[in-house]
Parts: sequence; structure tokens; C-alpha cells
Amino acid sequence: MSLAELICPAGTPAALRTAVDAGADAVYCGFQDATNARNFPGLNFTPEELEASVAYAHARGAKVLLALNTYPPAGKVDLWRQAADKGAQFGVDAFIVADMGVAEYIARTYPHIRLHLSVQAAASSPEAIRYYCENFGVKRVVLPRILTIPEIREIRKEIPCEIETFIFGNHGLMVEGRCSLTNYLTGQSTNLDGVCSPASDVEYIRHSDGSMSSKLGGFTIDSFGPEEKAGYPTICKGRYTVPHRTDGYYAFEEPISLNLARLLPDLIDAGVHAFKIEGRQRSKSYVRSVVSSFRNAVDDIRAGRTADIANLVALTEGQKQTQGAFATKKWR
Amino acid sequence: MPTDTITNTSRPRPVQPVLSHMACRAVQPLLSRVVKRIAKNHETMFNRLGAHQTTDFLIDPIEFPFALHLRPDPENLIFRAVPRDAAPVAGAVIRGRFKLLLELMDSEEDGDAAFFSRDLEITGDTEAVVRLRNALDDVDGSIAEEAADLFGAPGRAILRRLRLSYNATPKTGMQQ
Amino acid sequence: MMTKLSLGPITYHWDEDQRRDFYARIADESPIDEVYLGEVICSKRSAFQHAQLPEIIERLERGGKTVILSSLAEVMLKRERKATSDLAELNSPEIEINNAAGLLARGHRPHRIGPFMNAYNEATIGFMATKGATHVCLPAELPGDAVAVAAKAARDLGLGVEVQVFGRASLAVSARCYHARAHGRTKDNCQFVCEEDPDGLPLTTQDGQPILRVNGIQTQSNSYLTLLPEIKALVAAGVSHMRLMPQRVDMVAVAREYRAVLDGTRSPQAAEEALGLLCQGTSFSNGFYYGKAGYRRIAQAARA
Repeated sequence: MSLAELICPAGTPAALRTAVDAGADAVYCGFQDATNARNFPGLNFTPEELEASVAYAHARGAKVLLALNTYPPAGKVDLWRQAADKGAQFGVDAFIVADMGVAEYIARTYPHIRLHLSVQAAASSPEAIRYYCENFGVKRVVLPRILTIPEIREIRKEIPCEIETFIFGNHGLMVEGRCSLTNYLTGQSTNLDGVCSPASDVEYIRHSDGSMSSKLGGFTIDSFGPEEKAGYPTICKGRYTVPHRTDGYYAFEEPISLNLARLLPDLIDAGVHAFKIEGRQRSKSYVRSVVSSFRNAVDDIRAGRTADIANLVALTEGQKQTQGAFATKKWR
Repeated sequence: MPTDTITNTSRPRPVQPVLSHMACRAVQPLLSRVVKRIAKNHETMFNRLGAHQTTDFLIDPIEFPFALHLRPDPENLIFRAVPRDAAPVAGAVIRGRFKLLLELMDSEEDGDAAFFSRDLEITGDTEAVVRLRNALDDVDGSIAEEAADLFGAPGRAILRRLRLSYNATPKTGMQQ
Repeated sequence: MMTKLSLGPITYHWDEDQRRDFYARIADESPIDEVYLGEVICSKRSAFQHAQLPEIIERLERGGKTVILSSLAEVMLKRERKATSDLAELNSPEIEINNAAGLLARGHRPHRIGPFMNAYNEATIGFMATKGATHVCLPAELPGDAVAVAAKAARDLGLGVEVQVFGRASLAVSARCYHARAHGRTKDNCQFVCEEDPDGLPLTTQDGQPILRVNGIQTQSNSYLTLLPEIKALVAAGVSHMRLMPQRVDMVAVAREYRAVLDGTRSPQAAEEALGLLCQGTSFSNGFYYGKAGYRRIAQAARA
């Protein structure tokens, strides 16, 4: 049986402490700049904060994984190298990377520090994963959220590194690291700037009939009736029309959360080493409840007890949830 | 340009302007004391606001006779009660039931979850609100309790009663 | 060295006759130098193309064109893995790799780096060059200043450098097929409904604004990315190949406009006007190049 480490999000030092106290085996976080894929306003760590946070986590037996999982545009690679230098200096336990140039720098400069391959690298086959293992000594791959459990089991047999899968949170459905939808509407790039539907370009418009529109960069991403639940204007979760469907429909995916609570035993059995909880942009209260619930569940499963799944299923609080691609390939 | 946003959150209760102005005058000394202390205890919080330290926020607890005007500028901190008819043009408005706003401030409630359920209404500069939320979220412990502590045992008793009374009140917003 | 015009792979599901006719004209009438072939988007469509490939390769080579075979962007299923490793075994024609699975199979043998490989910077390009990359197509969203730095680095290493200057930009790929979804089907049961939309399925916002195009698992820009006044700067930066993406317009005429601009026999403004007539009903965009929202068209006056 795998160790089933719980990898938890931290958007602020307070959230990091919350996650560690709630039982995270490792916490992932990033600096306040384009070097990570959650470069959101008011979020993330200054170098001083990261240093103190690593000390806090290590004192309690938890690891800190530094996300350097964006792609430097030509001419700006130094920012990523300097971020890696600081991370190494502060003693982070691993770097999460996507760009080959960044991976090569870290593998060469800090061969003693673990490299994890970010979901942003979009490695979804044994061959792609092995490419990164052979060239950069990657120790763990974070799998895209597009594979079924039998497929994960097969991949496990063919790769020399550990597997981490998302189990809870926002459900990305585009191949990550290959999406420039946000850049097309806002001029800020997910891959280069670490931005997805930036708040600075978001607008909520109220209409006189009580309905509401959410806009990104001036484009209407969704409209909500007076009684309808509203959502953040993420392009891939919007409603659009096509010539044969003139009522707006979710062309890509509904606003929905991934929740693999019921599949935890199967994932452990398939050889998944680490479970990742999405949500660096979410609040401490989210981190506290989600991390502690999954901590209990994972401990129960590892001890051979039946986990209290109902508790985990309730975490999405009325939000729609899905097992995405993990349960069936019909999702595709 | 601030735009208007709607949720199914109830509109603020109509209050007689005179009463509203009186209520504002009554709570102002309290607010000033609270905000100065919180700011002093959590200086680094302001860094997360970036350029929005000088943005005017209107925090509007719908069942209160007044709204709250916040400008989180460490050089010139403003936190005052304002009658709705005399509220400044704000860069961002956050409207909801008081208990929800209190919980958000203390990160007891998740902002995303509240917004998705439309119990919380955001108008104007979304980035300003996201920054404020993230700044508050990086504060350990409870700001509400810290504020209550300022007034000793009676303060804590009031906060306790406030939370209890709201728990007993059925929510007006749409619940799933 | 003269700047070359290249034609990217057809991203849509055109039928056999359409493909045959299309490439016959490209071979005989167009000033295009290099043509990329092969199914890049959907492995289910590959079978249709496969049988026809030898004939089209022969036709294009007879017309004096260099042919390159492009690999799938998304590799997950067995048939996709096999298609990728099979392609990597070819000695000729040249191949363009769009997924790391292809890089593993290719080892140190020479190959081109496709636009889905995320070669955004000089460090990555430098690494790829040590592994046998001979040519790199930069991602469409890379702004002009970064293109210049990347192009210089690549040229210094002896690599060819390619930038897309015409056609819809690829904005996302997914494991899920949105064409099938639009018709209430799953990917496994799609019945190749994407064939109905040879220039993509237009998505429109609920208030009537055209926004994106669906092409199977791919999401594209609604506008045609069009760089014409920018070509001079691209050439100066060392970009050796200008890529045109096949759209449902007179691509021979489009190619002639670009060739004329490259040769200095036509002004970018005149070519833009001609393109406007050739692509009626479609908007043009160049926002990515200027670091602005990709859908925008930055006017000449604002460029300086």
C-alpha cells in the first residue's frame, strides 16, 4: 500500500499553518509573482514569509513544496532561477516545475532537491512522464485530471516515479499548461503570468429583471436568473450558444467541483502516492475543513477502517460535484 | 466604473435617515478604537492590499441601519459608519448579512462558497475585494474576538449573543 | 537566407476530396515552401488521413514543397501512444513533435519542435537543441519582445524558428471532445460530427458576441490571428519561417499576399486589405504579439 500523502494548498502563511495543523503531510505554495500558476492579487508568499513557513512546517514534520510551475517567457528566465535559488536556500523539500528550462536549471544546480512534475507539464502518458524522469530526475508526477483509475494503474507500472493525483477542488478540464483562453480575453497569460480569469478583468453586471451577468475582459461568460446560483467567470465554465443550440449551454463544463472521496481506496490500491487538494486561492476555513476531513479519511483507510465518506461528500456544500474522468471515460 | 451587481440577497432595510445618522454617531468611537488596534496588531496584512490600500470599500450589512466605509490605508486608516444615503462612491461594495460578513472576516466562512450561493454580493472592483479577502485571510485567529476583547467581558458577551441570535434567525438568502 | 512560408497541419476534419484538392492547389499554385501534414488534434480522425498521406506527400514533393509530418498534441490512449512512437521512427520526411511522448521516442535524432511543446524561452530551446531539435515553432501567445529573444537564441544555436502569422490560434486542448458535447454525444460516440464544421464550430456569448471556435478537443480563437505589419520585425528578429494555418478560405491567395509582403513587393496595409476581402465575415487579431488580449486588433497608429 502506498503512503497516500496528503498534499495541501496554502495561499498565505496563515493558511499554511492551518493546513499543517490540520494534518497535511506536505503543503504547496508559491511566491508573489509570475513564477507560479496561482499568481492572484493579495495571495502567496514573500521570501521572508516562505522562510518562516518552511521552519513552521518542518518543526511539525510537514514538507513544503514550492510551485515554480509556469513557463518563463524568453528574456525573463532569471526570475524563475532566482525563485529556485531562494527556495533552495530556505530548504524547501521539492520544486514543482513544468518548463524544461526551469527543470534543467534546478536538476543541474540543486540535484539534491526533489523535482515534482507539475500538472502544468501535461504529462499524460508513461512515455511523456519518463521523458521528464530520464532528463531531469523527476521523482513525482502530478497527473492531469483526465485519466481513469484503470489508466492510472497502468501508468504506474510503466514509470519510475511516484504519482500524485488531485482528489478535491476546482475541476480543470483543459489540458493544463496548454491553455491560453484567459490570455485571449485579457492579455494576461496562464502559462506566462500564472493568471486564470484575473479579478482585475472580472465584472458582475446586474440587470433590471434581477438577473446577473458575469464578464471577463468585456465578454459575457455567463448569465444567471434571479434565483440561480452565480459563479466566477472562468471561460471554460461559461455558457455559450452554437448555431444549433441557441439557448446558452455549458460548452465545456459546468461549474463543478472534483470530489474523489469515494474513490480514495481505489486510488490507493492503484498505487497513487500522494493526494492533492486544490485551492491555494481559497480561504483558511476551506483549508481547515477539507484537510482535516481528508486526513481522517486517509488515516482510516490506511488503518483498514471504513472511512467516513459522507463527511467528505458534504464538503462541497451544495456545489455540484463530479468524479470527472476518474470514474468513467464517458466523461470525455 | 463600479457596476451594480445583484444577488437574491435582501435589499437593505429602509431606515429613517435621522435614526441612521444618530446610530452612526453612536458607534463611531467604537469603530475607530477597534480598527486602530487591529491595524496595529496585524501590520503585514496591509501589504497584501497592494495599490488597493487607498480604495474605498463599502461594507454593507443589510440588516444594519447604516453601512461601513473602510479605506485600509495604513497611513490614514478610515473605518466609519455611514448612513446609506450619505455613503461615499466606493471602489467596491460588499453586501450581505452581518453574521456572514463577520464570518468572512474571520475566515470561518469561505468567501467563494458564500458567493456561489449568492448570499454575498460584490459590486465594483473585483480585484480590490479579492485582495481584501486574502489580506484578512492571512490573519491568525479571530478579528471579531480581538475586537470584542477590547471591551473586556462585556464585549465578549455581546459578540457571543450576536452570534447566537443570528444562528437562531432563519437565513433570508437562497439556500441549497 | 530567404524567409520561408510554411503551411501548418489542417486542424479540422476535412474529408478526403477536400484534402486532395486543397493540397493539389497548394502544390501547384502556392508560393508555400514547407507543408506540415498529419492529424494533430484527434487520434480518432487519424485513420482517415493515414491512407491518403503517401499520395499527398508525393503530390506536394512533386510540386517542390518540403513535407514535415506533425505528431498528435494530446497523447494518452494506446492508439495515440502507438501513433506517436511510430512517427518517431521515420527517417524521412522530417517530423514535428507536439508531445513529450514523441520526444522520448525520438531520442537524439533530429526533429522539429511543434507549437504545442511550450518552447517559450531560450533555456528550454537550448535544452531541446541538445536533444536534437533542429527547428522550433514558438507558441502563438508569446509576445513580440519575447519572440525576438527566443528567435535570436534559437538562431545562434543553428535552429530554424517559426511563428504563426495567419489563422485561428490554438487556445486550448482537452481530453474531452466539445464537438461531441455540443451534439449531446461522448467522444467515443462522436460519429465525426466535427466534419460539419470545416472552419470550426462558432461559440457565441449569450448576448451575441462571437468568442471562440470549437474543433473537437481543441478550442481556437474566433478571430484569425494575422501578423502582417509585424513581419518586418519578425524577420529582423531572426524568424526563419512564417506559418499559415489552413482555414476555409482561398489559402493560395492568402499565401501570395504573405509572400509579396516578405518580398517587399506589397505593403502590409495593401495585403491586409486583400486579406479582408479573402476572409470576409471573420475578424483579425494580433493582440498576443503586443502583450494585449489576444482577440484584439492593435491598430497601426497605436503600434509605435
